[in-house]
Amino acid sequence: MTQQTQFSGGFRDAPIDAAHAFRAAMTVMARPGQIRAISGGQPPVPLSVASGTLLLTLCDPDTKVHLAGAADTDAVRQWLTFHTGAPITDAASADFAVGTWRALGPVGKYRIGTAEYPDRSTTLIVECDDLHQKGAALTGPGIRETSYLSLPDVPVLQANAALYPLGCDFFFTCGDRVAALPRSTQIKAEG
Amino acid sequence: MNEYNFAYLDEQTKRMIRRAILKGLAVPGYQVPFASREMPMPYGWGTGGVQVSAATLTPDDTFKVIDQGADDTTNAVSIRKFFENTAGVETTEETEKATVIQTRHRIPEVKLREDQIIVYQVPIPEPLRFLEPRETETRKMHSLEEYGLMHVKLYEDISQHGAISTAYAYPVKVSGRYVMDPSPIPKFDNPKLEMDAIQLFGAGREQRIYAVPPHTQVVSLDFEDYPFEATKADHPCDLCGAEDSYLDEVIMDDAGNRMFVCSDTDYCRSRRAAGHLGRLAEEDAA
Repeated sequence: MTQQTQFSGGFRDAPIDAAHAFRAAMTVMARPGQIRAISGGQPPVPLSVASGTLLLTLCDPDTKVHLAGAADTDAVRQWLTFHTGAPITDAASADFAVGTWRALGPVGKYRIGTAEYPDRSTTLIVECDDLHQKGAALTGPGIRETSYLSLPDVPVLQANAALYPLGCDFFFTCGDRVAALPRSTQIKAEG
Repeated sequence: MNEYNFAYLDEQTKRMIRRAILKGLAVPGYQVPFASREMPMPYGWGTGGVQVSAATLTPDDTFKVIDQGADDTTNAVSIRKFFENTAGVETTEETEKATVIQTRHRIPEVKLREDQIIVYQVPIPEPLRFLEPRETETRKMHSLEEYGLMHVKLYEDISQHGAISTAYAYPVKVSGRYVMDPSPIPKFDNPKLEMDAIQLFGAGREQRIYAVPPHTQVVSLDFEDYPFEATKADHPCDLCGAEDSYLDEVIMDDAGNRMFVCSDTDYCRSRRAAGHLGRLAEEDAA
């Protein structure tokens, strides 16, 4: 591959690549605990293919993006600005936030929506070293009985779920794979 | 199809709709506002469903459209052609072959699968709208989970008619939180709302998107002494003989003769192809 520049690493065929990427994102959000492949974007390090593809699929000048910790590099800023035009912002006003769990925290600083508009909340894209269908037990909408997912911090995510219908929604990304945890999912630390 | 962007809408519009769909899936039954676009068809003809379908389709999909169960009515035919022209997707009339189904006012009789998505066209997304016309008030009622008014309405049905007379757009409570209008499907279809497929609802004129993820609890509102009943015309289908499908009543002449036929045309056709015949099947073939 040629050297990464701010101009490279976007979708090759934006309408088609974005459609496939969204279907993966929608499927995992509708079925918490399931893992799907998602690709099409080639973001600069340290972003994964999955998180870069999610940003290309969902972000544009209407969405404020927070780059947390190591994700906030000049290369990432230029890449994101060139491909999406999304304004880069602080955690408290972000529509999307991306970074590792440690860099993103504490989760309490993100918007959780209002009682009348619970959709006005932040979606966190959490970069994980590891993503597999073991760990915390999940129940709720989208899950037939129980599903399992490796989660970074069960008590914090349980507290987020307790805010329902307010709260943040999460994508977990690892390489070119993605899983999701909407606020509607009940979490038990077992498995 | 090269004159159009894939699936007609521009990419920024699709991203906006896609973000609304994700929020809708995260908060089942909650109506997410979205910036509905003008579509090349009038409001009331499925512009909400068309926009949700456009944001959901990929080139690999097989698309089916039904209008009150039928594949061959004007609305269904024109929306199917619209996506053939603008997205180049395969289309089908067979429920089992479809991956994305756009529907107006019916759920197919065949049980939908995990890999399918159903998109509903919704005229009035707010179940409380006919009880409270102000959006500011209905928002507050949803936020406070204040749904007493809806039960009063169902109670008034009982006091006037002796039974809950609401026959379509029968209100449901989703995942124990939001009361939702399932779009004007007959209440016969309400039990099917707990399904394996992803359900997306689009209201174009009213600018709302909402969703029900698979395996989500959907309860039709009722009373202990007047439980919910999924009713249908007490007849078998006159073409295919099905006793378990929702029926349309068709007036045959001016002498009062009438017939009952499946509203789901694909279900009826596949049953007849499998050799099931109803009361008037032979006359129909002749």
